[in-house]
Order: sequence, then structure tokens, then C-alpha cells
Amino acid sequence: MKKYVRGTAIVGVLTLAVAACGSKPTEENAGGSANKDFKACMVSDSGGFDDKSFNQTSYKGLQDAVKEKGLTEVKAESKSDNDYPTNMTAMVSAKCNIIVSVGFKLEDATDKAAQANPSIKFAIVDSAPAKPIENVKPLAFNTAQSSFQAGYLAAAMSKSGKVGTFGGLKIPTVTIFMDGFAEGVRYYNTQKSKNVQVLGWDDAKQAGLFTGDFEDKAKGQNNAQNLITQGADVIFPVAGPSGLGGLQAAKASNGKVNAIWVDTDGCESAAEYCSVLLTSVAKGMDVAVKDAIVSVVDNKFDNTQFIGTLENGGTKLAPFHEFDSKIPADVKSELDQIKTDIISGKITVQSKVQPKAS
Amino acid sequence: MSTETEAAPAPVPPAKEPERRSGLPSWAVQGLVSLSAIVLALLVGAILIIVGDEQVQKAVGYFGAAPMDTVSAALSAVGEAYKSLAVGALGGWTPISESLTQATPLICGGLAVSLAFRTGLFNIGAQGQLIAGAILASYVGFAWHLPPVLHLVLAIVAGLVGGAIWGGVVGLLKARTGAHEVIVTIMLNYVAIYLLAWLLTTKTFQRPGRTDPISPIVDNNAQYPKFGDTRLHLGFVLALVAAVFVWWLLNRSTIGFELRAVGANADASRTAGMSVGRAYVIAMVVAGALAGLAGTQQVLGTDLPLTDGVAASVGFDAITVALLGRGTPLGTVLAGLLFGALNAGGLQMQLITQTPLTLTTVLQAVIVLFVAAPALVRSIFRFLPKERGAGAVLAKGWNG
Repeated sequence: MKKYVRGTAIVGVLTLAVAACGSKPTEENAGGSANKDFKACMVSDSGGFDDKSFNQTSYKGLQDAVKEKGLTEVKAESKSDNDYPTNMTAMVSAKCNIIVSVGFKLEDATDKAAQANPSIKFAIVDSAPAKPIENVKPLAFNTAQSSFQAGYLAAAMSKSGKVGTFGGLKIPTVTIFMDGFAEGVRYYNTQKSKNVQVLGWDDAKQAGLFTGDFEDKAKGQNNAQNLITQGADVIFPVAGPSGLGGLQAAKASNGKVNAIWVDTDGCESAAEYCSVLLTSVAKGMDVAVKDAIVSVVDNKFDNTQFIGTLENGGTKLAPFHEFDSKIPADVKSELDQIKTDIISGKITVQSKVQPKAS
Repeated sequence: MSTETEAAPAPVPPAKEPERRSGLPSWAVQGLVSLSAIVLALLVGAILIIVGDEQVQKAVGYFGAAPMDTVSAALSAVGEAYKSLAVGALGGWTPISESLTQATPLICGGLAVSLAFRTGLFNIGAQGQLIAGAILASYVGFAWHLPPVLHLVLAIVAGLVGGAIWGGVVGLLKARTGAHEVIVTIMLNYVAIYLLAWLLTTKTFQRPGRTDPISPIVDNNAQYPKFGDTRLHLGFVLALVAAVFVWWLLNRSTIGFELRAVGANADASRTAGMSVGRAYVIAMVVAGALAGLAGTQQVLGTDLPLTDGVAASVGFDAITVALLGRGTPLGTVLAGLLFGALNAGGLQMQLITQTPLTLTTVLQAVIVLFVAAPALVRSIFRFLPKERGAGAVLAKGWNG
């Protein structure tokens, strides 16, 4: 008998709880639906939109544009290289106004779709057609400039006189960071008559340390540990999610080793490692993608290549966050001076893989 | 790689259990089990769609106030998703051609795994064999410049040779030294992947003017002719021809009889005077060539240049296709078509209802899970008769 009473009581309470759980909301009008007919579309590469790296950052740009202008968002994720032509065709038949492709892997599919559909606008991140195409806007980023600053900062903060870096794959969009980093360290050495060494990348020989992919955290951790064992106390991993392993290694050192993150502000995208991050080299893919989409909405599209630089804010050093008080004021002002000098042309970044204006 | 773990627990039904007489031929029973597995997978998928749907989540918030809202939101979410999946796979000539295009390499890869299965070998190496085939086919395709027909034929032959070598090594090692084919094929997959990554940094393979790892596109003369305006190409016909060939080889030829005998019981075959080693080598050479054919379909069929992602996950999906196809050529073709349709439909589904692409992967995995565990399906669908020798082929691979 007791059991039944308890059962009934529980059912009663549950009913009350469910009933109390809010009432049906009335239909609300979404604000800013001015351009609902405008379709802003995006195709990811095989990394997918949840890669905590460039697909995700580019997608944020799409979302920002959609929010600001009240557009309709269409996105297609690719599971493999097989899916690029199919997704591109699907976007064309979905009557997209602009199609943004994320990454050089989509170059062929994008060029083909663009030439077949001159009325649709395209933008492609981190790549450019071999010959400019009327309706394709390439979005490139000169991250060598901001990595130059990062290298200078790393050298200034190193106690051991050795700093290290490693990449995911040896491709230009990765080595551009490593080039800039190495040059920044060298600039510090000439300015201060010091001899800080760069481990993991030789920009003259274009040879160095790579994990071989962008996914495997364990490989990133091994590479970082390798650098730490050789004496490096600032690590600069340029390997997407695989680089997170490098941050793990730095965190495990209990304050002896610090790191600099790439692509996004690491204190936001990987907050658990903020305590070891001097700063991050931010690559403004979200801003570039958003601007490209907005330019089509406003009928101001052109196919000249966008190059993100320190000057236009398309790439920059992220805030120092927890290191703000630990980085000496004169180092901060030197970093600002470097920025000014790079913009004015007083310092020339040498890296051969920097995107050139076409 | 999850496919391997699913394949492993394929149970051999206890032999002593009293058979429920059904009067149905075994292929019909297998078909019913497969069909039930698909239905179950769609149900599991429906639950995932409902849980992930925003409208449903909103409606659940006021479930007490208007419970029917949740139900109707759930039904419409599932209905819309599966409708777009079906339309994307079968709704007209273009979607159908997409499905067939996606199915093409899966069929050839599936045949490569099936043939080895039947010989008692668990071929995890379709991926590596496919890559080896793709490398050679693509090289002949872009580096040589030959007249039409001849160029295509030579490029295909190059692909077959590439795959056959990569597979043959495994058969040879197994026959001569007894090295387990599972280990060898997995390791050769890595060798192929890194060989490809290295080749794409060399001047021979890297496309002029590009700095990322990508090869030139093959000459027009070396491409499979396409059907009309679609991406469907002659490679699909070759896949069907390959299936007929495998059927003939296994069921109508002396060599095939030996292969099946070795697959059923290697020791008995040896006692009967057959060369088990020879059977292993032949099976792996032919299996490798079939996977190599899948490689040619990637680089000569779908406009894909050689990249580090040229094989996608075809070589691994091929294992699931072969499992679902019960190691028979016809079954493999049907399973390949189903997976191709799911892949093509999945792309359309994410576009229309923004259902994540991974749902189709889940569907495929769940289907195979249920097929590999027929007892589970039968305990849910009680009316299904007992299957004779179910899973025997699937489990055999581990005994070799």
C-alpha cells in the first residue's frame, strides 16, 4: 500500500513540475529579416565546421554577416574530398547569392563552379585561382607579419635563449607563420645583440618539425616535448587541433614553458590553456568572410584579392590576457614599434610564401 | 576505423539450437534480416534527429502546456530529414546518377574485401591498395599524353597493377612466412598514405604553380567518359563487370573453387592437395586489383586530382559494404548502392534540413551492427525465421 501512495505522489509531483515548466511562447518576429531572400552559403573542407580552427572561424564570419544583414544561411559540410564538387553543385542549385569555400582543397571545385555560373559570386579562404576569375574573390592572410611580432615577443620572454615551433603539414599556409616567427626572433637578436635560437624551423632551408596532420594531439604533444627537452621555453605550435597537444606539454611544465597560439585568440577558443599563452597570432578569417558577404549584399563585390595585414587588422597579435602584467612595458612598446615599422615598410618581412597582391 | 571493431564480434550462431523451419530460401532470410536492420537503423537515426532538432527542443520546454507540439515537431523533423534524404538519393535522374557515382568505388572496394573474405582473409588494406592504384593511374593519366581510348586503357591497367602489387605483397607474405594479413594490410595502409604524402611534395607529382599537395588533373583522354550532364561515368559499368567477374571466378572457375575451399577450411584443402599459399596470393592479387580499380574511379572518374584525401574513407567503408553484402558479389553491389545512396542523400539532407552529415555515417554503422548481430535483429523482429549459417562468412576471416 505504502508503495502505491509513494508512486502516486511522485506522479503528482512530476505532473505539477511539467505543467509549471513554462507556457507556450507566442510567435515572435525575428528582427532584421530585411534580406531573407539573400542566401549566403558556405562549403567546408573535410575538417568540418567544428574544427576549432579555420573552418569554424570562417563559419563565424558567415553567421556574423547573416545576423547583421538578416540573410538566410545555408551551409554544407564535406566529409571527404569526394564531396567538394557535389556540395558545390548543390549550392549552385540552391540558388545561393554568394558561396564561400573554406580552404585551398576546394580551389578546383570553386573555379569550375564559378566559371559555369558567372551570376553567382564566390569567395575562397586561403587560396586563389591560378588566373583571376571575374566572380571569385580570394581571401588571403599575411600572417608572417603578426608572427614576426610573436617571434620577437617569444625571444624577449625566453629565459633559456631557445624558442621552438612546429607545424601540421609543410604547406604555405602553415610555414608562413613559422617563417615570420623565425624572422622576428632574428630581428630581436640583431636589435639586442643576443643569440636566441629557433628550434623546429630553419627558414633559410625551409625545413623543420611537423606532426604530419592537424588532428592528432598526441603527436603535437610529442613534438612540443621534444622541443622542451632541447631547451626551448616558448613553444609556437602551428598545427590546428594537433597543436593543442603542444599547449598540454607547456601546461605540464608548471610555468617553465609558455606558448603562443595561432589562428584564433587561444584564451577564447582553448580557454583551459590561457595560463600558458603569452598571446596568439590571430587570423581574421571571420572578418574577411563577413566583409566579402556584406559586399555582395551591398552590391560592392569585386574580385581583387583581400590580403589580411597588420595594417587592415586582417591579422594581429591577440591580447596578452594573463601575461599582461608580466610582459615588460618596453617590450610592449617595441612590439607596437614593430607593427608601425612593418606597416610603413621600414621592416620588410622576407618570407617567400607571403600572399602577393595580384 | 570503427568498422573493424563492429566486425569483430560477429557471432557464429550456436549450432545445437533447434532450427525454426521457415521454408524460405536462405537468401530471402538474409534479405529480410538486412531489411530489418535498415528499418532499425532508420529508427535509431530518427531518435537522433529528434534529440538534435531545435524546434523539438523548444517545444519540449513547454511540454506540459502543449504536449502535441513536441510530437508534431518531432514528426516533422524526422519526416523532413528522411524526405530530403530520399529525394537527394532517388528523386530524379541527377540524384540517382549522384548515388551511382558515390556507389562506384564502394562496390569495387567492397568486392576486394569480399573476395578475400571468401578465401578466409580479412583484407583491411583496401585503402592502401586503392591509394597505390590511384597513384599509378593518375601518373599515367597526367604525365603521358596518348590518343583517346589507348590512354584510358593504359591508365586503368596501371591502376589495376598498382593495387595488385600492394595486395599481392600481403598474399605473398602470408603464404611464405605466415605473417597475419590483418597486421600487414594495416601497416601497408600507412605506407601508402605516407608514400602518397611524400610523392605530392615532389616535382613529378605536384601541380606546377601550386604550393599545396595536389597533382595535375589527368588528361581528357584518360578520363572515364561521362553519361550526359552528370558525374556518372563509365567506371560504374566497370564496377558491375567486376562484380560479374568475381561471381564467375568464385562460382564457375576451378581457381574460385580452390579459393572457397581454402576459405572454408585451409587444413582440409591442404590435405586434399590444394596449394593454400597459391590461393592466398591469387586472392590478394585479385583483391588488390579490384581496390586499384576503385582507385582509378577516384582519379579518372570524378575530376579529382591526386591529393592526400584522394581515397577519402572508401577503403574502410568497403569493409562495411562487404559485411553488409555477406561476402557475395550481388550482395556487395546492393550494399554499395545503398551506401552510395545514403552518401548522396546525406549531402542533400544537410543542405535542406541542415541535418549534420554524420547522421548518414551513423545510419551506415548501425545497419552493419545489426547485420553483424542477426540474433539481435531476430530478438526484436520475432517473426524472422532462423538464418542458416549466418555470419559464418563474416567470422571466418579471423580464422585464416
